[in-house]
Amino acid sequence: MNYIWSGIIIFSFVLAIFGSNVLDVLTAGLDGAAQSAEVLFSFAGIMCFWSGILKVAEESGAAGACEKLLSPVIRRLFPKVDDRRNITLNIIANILGMGNAATPAGVKAMTELDKLNGEKPHPSHEMCRFAVMNTASLQVLPTTVIGILTACGSREPFSVVPCIWISSIVSLSVALCAETFLSKRRERSWHT
Amino acid sequence: MAYIIPLLIIIVFALALKNRVPVYQTFIEGVEEGLKTVAAIFPALVAILAAAAMLRESGGADLLARLLAPLTSRVGIPSEILPLILIRPLSGGGSIGLLTDVVKNYGAGSTAARTACILCASTETTFYTIMVYFRRTKVQYTKRVLAAAVLGDIAGVLCAAWLGKINF
Repeated sequence: MNYIWSGIIIFSFVLAIFGSNVLDVLTAGLDGAAQSAEVLFSFAGIMCFWSGILKVAEESGAAGACEKLLSPVIRRLFPKVDDRRNITLNIIANILGMGNAATPAGVKAMTELDKLNGEKPHPSHEMCRFAVMNTASLQVLPTTVIGILTACGSREPFSVVPCIWISSIVSLSVALCAETFLSKRRERSWHT
Repeated sequence: MAYIIPLLIIIVFALALKNRVPVYQTFIEGVEEGLKTVAAIFPALVAILAAAAMLRESGGADLLARLLAPLTSRVGIPSEILPLILIRPLSGGGSIGLLTDVVKNYGAGSTAARTACILCASTETTFYTIMVYFRRTKVQYTKRVLAAAVLGDIAGVLCAAWLGKINF
């Protein structure tokens, strides 16, 4: 990120010097910074509203219902793990879009899986599978995207949500299949 | 879609009242947490929106888009969202900044904006996530995870491009 960002700034100024519109570029940069505050204020309220609703959902017992629904799936995905509490908590937090709650539970779950793996330098199939489930987005209600769309004058910000679900499912399935394939291949090469 | 969200909110509120959850206070708590998220996004938003505006004004964005156009047009990705695809796995705040930039500049109803939204919401900050999750473990080799996660991301990008184009 360090190099990318600095690179963009330097690249822009170098181009500007060649195109002799340095002042325009500088003003554009400052305009961009000014816009960031405007945009942030316009979607801050919307995002806060949704995180309020999600908090109510979390406390209402809906999370418990989710857990019951999900536990057979999680049992099937992690059959060798006895204590799946942190894994479940992490996945539910991801689905509800609570990144703040997902990460601590996820890190805890990962250290548990690490112990189960005997703290080897190579990660187990379960560890990889769990990590991949976290690098694909499971979020049901994309609050940030809806906030940005609403702030930028979209009349139907929810119309992208079904597309988001489809795309999420596709990327998650591909990642899980790829992980399973790679793990199987590695196990086979170990046995021979 | 217009009915699903209100219905869900009604169910959640009814459930919360039945379980004697202080709904109003809980909502306020949630808003406070949201405010923290928003505050955390702001610095990256300033950095990215300023840099993106400069890159566009200097003509650098056009130059990059023209250079990469043969690559993107073949798989049907709008060239406007290329920078977003590259930043997405690295920085959450950065990608929100770029997403805002795309939606603001090309309009919320444009193919580029729709694709960008689908892309951002259906993928994660892959590299950052893997780093955080494995930091407390003794694992040293994450090549396998990275390969699988990146493949998933590529599938997500292609799917987002396709869904944004057919626009249903």
